[in-house]
Amino acid sequence: MIHVMQVLGIWLAAFFTLSIFSFLYKDNPFYKFSEQVFVGLSAAYWLVYIIYSIMVPNLFAKLIDDFFGNIVLLIPAILGLMMLMRLHPKTQWLSRYPISIMIGTTAGISMLRYMKSDILEQVTATMINPFAADSTSGIAGNLLLIIGRITGVYFFYFSKKQEGIYKVPSKIGIWFLMVSFGATFGYTVMARISLLIGRLEFLLMDWLHIIK
Amino acid sequence: MTLSAVMERRIIYTVLLIAVALPLIFPIGWTTEVSEYTNIVYRLIEETPEDKVVIVSFDYDPSTMTELQPMAEAMIEHAFIKNQKVIATALWPMGVQMAEQAFDKVLSYYPDKQRGIDYVNLGYKVGGMVTIQAMGRSLKEVYPSDNQNTAFEDIPMLQNIHRLKDIAWISSLSSGVPGIKEWMMVARDNYQVPVTGGCTAISAPGFFPYVNEQRQLYGLLGGLKAASEYESLIGRLGPATTKMDAQSIAHLLILVFIAIGNIKAYRSRKGRQQ
Repeated sequence: MIHVMQVLGIWLAAFFTLSIFSFLYKDNPFYKFSEQVFVGLSAAYWLVYIIYSIMVPNLFAKLIDDFFGNIVLLIPAILGLMMLMRLHPKTQWLSRYPISIMIGTTAGISMLRYMKSDILEQVTATMINPFAADSTSGIAGNLLLIIGRITGVYFFYFSKKQEGIYKVPSKIGIWFLMVSFGATFGYTVMARISLLIGRLEFLLMDWLHIIK
Repeated sequence: MTLSAVMERRIIYTVLLIAVALPLIFPIGWTTEVSEYTNIVYRLIEETPEDKVVIVSFDYDPSTMTELQPMAEAMIEHAFIKNQKVIATALWPMGVQMAEQAFDKVLSYYPDKQRGIDYVNLGYKVGGMVTIQAMGRSLKEVYPSDNQNTAFEDIPMLQNIHRLKDIAWISSLSSGVPGIKEWMMVARDNYQVPVTGGCTAISAPGFFPYVNEQRQLYGLLGGLKAASEYESLIGRLGPATTKMDAQSIAHLLILVFIAIGNIKAYRSRKGRQQ
């Protein structure tokens, strides 16, 4: 029985993979069907997952186990219920409180972390002696890092019109930005091809058994 | 003969499909050069002493497993080679299954490794950055038991592990948020635990700046290529290496397409000018 279900699962996966790929030829009912099934399945999966993996162990089980010991959990539970009040026009205003608490908390937690990781640590990492590197390529790399960082940030400095001598670092900054966009595009291509490889590997190995 | 734009697109897709499928059926065996980013990750694991406990966080789901699963398997295998003990965690719900699959694969090479002694899967926790912050105070509070319902205190390899500071290194294999950035921001920047990991190729350029003098990240594996580099470092002809032929052929083909597109655009512009 398990073997039959496995084979059925592989055939279903192959059917849905080919249906999705068929969109590359043109829009068709197979593609639409697969898309709708995916959306429906994802929604159902997440609903069940949230109830059984988050709500039950983190809230219901703890309250049933020791209600007064975990009474503090009623606060997030009530806030969660208030969020659901959005569904009714008359009680919609109640959802603003949990949303504001969520935004405030997230902003508070993230602000310090991002300030440290994305600004302070990043700036510190640029404050290096470029000539302290072991090799010529290391020195060149350090110099590029410093020049690229300064000119890249300068490109976004809009308080003074960028003309004459002020235009030079801005132009250099654009070149660095262009190189980074090119690298990003290259990596994006690699990621998309990897996904295609993954699907083709499934079709050729698990479904058709052409490769081992 | 002039082809319509739709027809041209279909030809490109068909040629690409064939170009990717053929090297999968008939492998070429091209090798790739190991980048410094991969070397840093390798050295971190290589230089960590035996019996140290490490975390591999599975922050992805099946949609990106082609790129990230080979990294997970290679890193776990490297940790096992060095006799380090691996804790698997997940900030993404389906990361739990990804971890189980990775352990199953690596255990086929190392059957003597035992659950609870050499590795453990603590499962998924919701909360992202807040969860990592709580792990910094107490791992047991966040994970009272593993995914097999064994109590934290009954797991032998966790006897001396209380908080993140007791961990030798953390690797997050990440395909989005929460993921490697959250681990870096809390575990490395707050608790000074070395953080490394891997990500999908698409997000790699955004994370490379964190591999810097400050060691915000200890190296980074970006995409399938880096996974194959890591496999070559540990001497394993793994899933990433076998897929790199197809990847290289596809890249060459895309370069040809870009060249053809540019020639075509140049000729049509010249034609309009005349």
